[in-house]
Amino acid sequence: MFAGLDPQGTALVLARMQFAFTVSFHFIFPAFSIGLASYLAVLEALWLKTGKELYLDLFRYWLKIFSVAFAMGVVSGLVMSYQFGTNWSVFSDKVGGVIGPLMAYEVLTAFFLEAGFLGVMLFGMNRVGRRLHFGATLMVAVGTFISAFWILSVNSWMQTPTGFEMSPDGRFLPGSSWAAIIFNPSFPYRLVHTVIAAYLTTAFVVGAVGAWHLLKDRANLHARKMFSMAMWMAALVAPVQIFVGDAHGLNTLEHQPAKVMAMEGHYQSHPDGAPLYLFGIPDDKNQRLDYAIAIPKASSLILKHDLNAPLAGLDTVAPDKRPPVWIVFWSFRIMVGLGFLMLGLGLWSLIARMRKRLYDWPMLHRLALLMGPSGFVAVIAGWVTTEVGRQPYTVYGLLTTADSVSPIAAPAVAASLAAFVVVYFAVFGIGTWYILHLMKDAPHPHEPALEEEERAPIRSAGITPAQHMDAQADGAAS
Amino acid sequence: MIDLTTIWALIIAFAVLMYVVMDGFDLGIGILFPWFDEGAERDQAMNAIAPVWDGNETWLVLGGGGLLAAFPLAYAIILPATYPLITAMMLGLVFRGVAFEFRWRDPRHRAFWDMAFFAGSLVAALAQGVTLGALLQGIHVEGRAYAGGWLDWLSPYSLLTGAGVVAGYALLGACWLAIKVEGSAEDKAFRFAKLAAFGTLALMAAVSLATPFLAHQYFQRWFTEPMIFWLAPVPLVTAAFAVALLRALHKRQPVRPFLYALGLFLLGMIGLGVSMWPWVVPQSISIWDAAAPERSQVFMLIGVGLIMPLILGYTGWAYWVFRGKVGTHGYH
Repeated sequence: MFAGLDPQGTALVLARMQFAFTVSFHFIFPAFSIGLASYLAVLEALWLKTGKELYLDLFRYWLKIFSVAFAMGVVSGLVMSYQFGTNWSVFSDKVGGVIGPLMAYEVLTAFFLEAGFLGVMLFGMNRVGRRLHFGATLMVAVGTFISAFWILSVNSWMQTPTGFEMSPDGRFLPGSSWAAIIFNPSFPYRLVHTVIAAYLTTAFVVGAVGAWHLLKDRANLHARKMFSMAMWMAALVAPVQIFVGDAHGLNTLEHQPAKVMAMEGHYQSHPDGAPLYLFGIPDDKNQRLDYAIAIPKASSLILKHDLNAPLAGLDTVAPDKRPPVWIVFWSFRIMVGLGFLMLGLGLWSLIARMRKRLYDWPMLHRLALLMGPSGFVAVIAGWVTTEVGRQPYTVYGLLTTADSVSPIAAPAVAASLAAFVVVYFAVFGIGTWYILHLMKDAPHPHEPALEEEERAPIRSAGITPAQHMDAQADGAAS
Repeated sequence: MIDLTTIWALIIAFAVLMYVVMDGFDLGIGILFPWFDEGAERDQAMNAIAPVWDGNETWLVLGGGGLLAAFPLAYAIILPATYPLITAMMLGLVFRGVAFEFRWRDPRHRAFWDMAFFAGSLVAALAQGVTLGALLQGIHVEGRAYAGGWLDWLSPYSLLTGAGVVAGYALLGACWLAIKVEGSAEDKAFRFAKLAAFGTLALMAAVSLATPFLAHQYFQRWFTEPMIFWLAPVPLVTAAFAVALLRALHKRQPVRPFLYALGLFLLGMIGLGVSMWPWVVPQSISIWDAAAPERSQVFMLIGVGLIMPLILGYTGWAYWVFRGKVGTHGYH
């Protein structure tokens, strides 16, 4: 496969594969835990407000799933914080002064917050009382959001770099304003689009679990509640996401036109109105789209809000500066297609609600079950679109991927890549299986808490002052 | 005299020390894990760290992220130079990190995840120790990049530091368990702590004797006037801590052995700092060569100054919430 490449070229390809693999695998977990942490905070808040045990049951049910997903997110994220140094050391040396501080802020303001309160959230209900426990849940949820804030700021800066100066030896230095670096032009769009994507991902997982248990027993009140909540999210947030995604696309057109050309399959320029290709087989070698199915002028309408607006194609971009169209064109279509499917399911749920058939419409539940993983697929497809679409650069327009890679011999990169692939598929595959296993059990009244399982790190021996405190807290609560 | 770069070197050193101490006892418990019996002993050992391990490991992310942010050139040289070690450490941490959850989720394969917890902890600790040795023995740098091969880190000296860190973590882990567990597990914790203490002290001595002969600078730093007078207390205080540790273990005092073990690590860290200063990659890249731009240093210093007290505060609170013995009630 790599015949004809020089050894350094092979190492580059392998390093890219390793980063793409480890970051895509990692991204699955935060995409789920960002939304799930907020969902848990909402459930616990509803329990505190209404006093209904149903919400506590649901909280405990999803907390078990959260604890497994979060552990996998932590360990796969740890790998990422060292990937920049092992495989992309030249990039780290050149860009570390600008993006390093943002990543350090992510650790300080987000990772410690999540990790510090996670223990109390998982095992501490009986030790700290309800209100403090809710505070801990809230801190974990806020932490996941802050983490998204910083890491997407870093990613966006690499896509649309602003606020920096260049040193004589070609390193990026921060300019006078950190706000200009953090709030770079694509950041607000990417942040909103990604966080909503995380919420939708969680909503469709929750919806699928609810639907599965409704198919087995439509009288299950817990399944009803989670299905209803998830379908509200789908109905209300999916349309917002399509709107935000459109705005993000217009922002990309402004700052990274070549990426949009690849997304649209526009090899050629269209001086009087560009067609919207629904389908086609991109042929990068001959720079043309085969078997294209097109709506005339629709692309100009979407991107320029004018049927006859001219749109430049990849023929205006130097051949060595073009992103690979095949991947970007199709990953974009997968993401958008799933987005509209999500919208469709949301609308169907509204109709079902109006007809009072939300819990009594097996076809709806089957589709919701099928759509369970749709958020993950859409998130990864969107990620691939934006990351492959900005090639051949790491820092857009300024630093190429080829100039960012570590001086590591190909065998070392190949060996570590193979190790990551084997370990990730084995470990995270098993973890996913455990999560599915937890989801298979129906949520029910008196759902046992994590600390009531045999693990029980909080069961004190009877001689500690904490038990006295527990007694007080229980007394106050009852 | 104390400039921003020096302050940042101290902050990174602090993060590394916090990591070594906090994840040190986590990993140490993992290293000792197979010698605890299945059932109540292992469950107690696991629960002694279950609510806090994630926070402990976050210091490693701060170490990596902080190094990238404050000394990007050092990050860009050390990580390629120790590539297989970093990869092994990461994979080790993946296994032992998920084992916390997975062993409870899958009782039929608990023995497997217990072994994964042990092996992952051992590999991670060993990789960290060997990395330390690789750094001290020097890294081949040309221009702004690592210029050696991918197995340069491997030497008798780096294996010695690797073994030293494994023994040291086992000591920390055993001392932590002496505080947290009861019954037969507590007896074992004291027994293992004694063994690990002897191992740690012997390896510390060996590393201390070998290091001055690695490079002229280390020898000069420790054995010429006037430094020898200033530095003589370091080994003497270390010896005093060693005696105190062994006595406390012999008397089965609960908390003191852990504190003395912490003291040993602190002194080891001071010794390391004395040897390395002012290099971040010994003999080739000084902290000033590797430092991030001043604007980056200032921006982050504000964050550390404001947020670090909060982090220490709520981390302390989390430890307080889960204080005391973990107990054996509620187990099957």
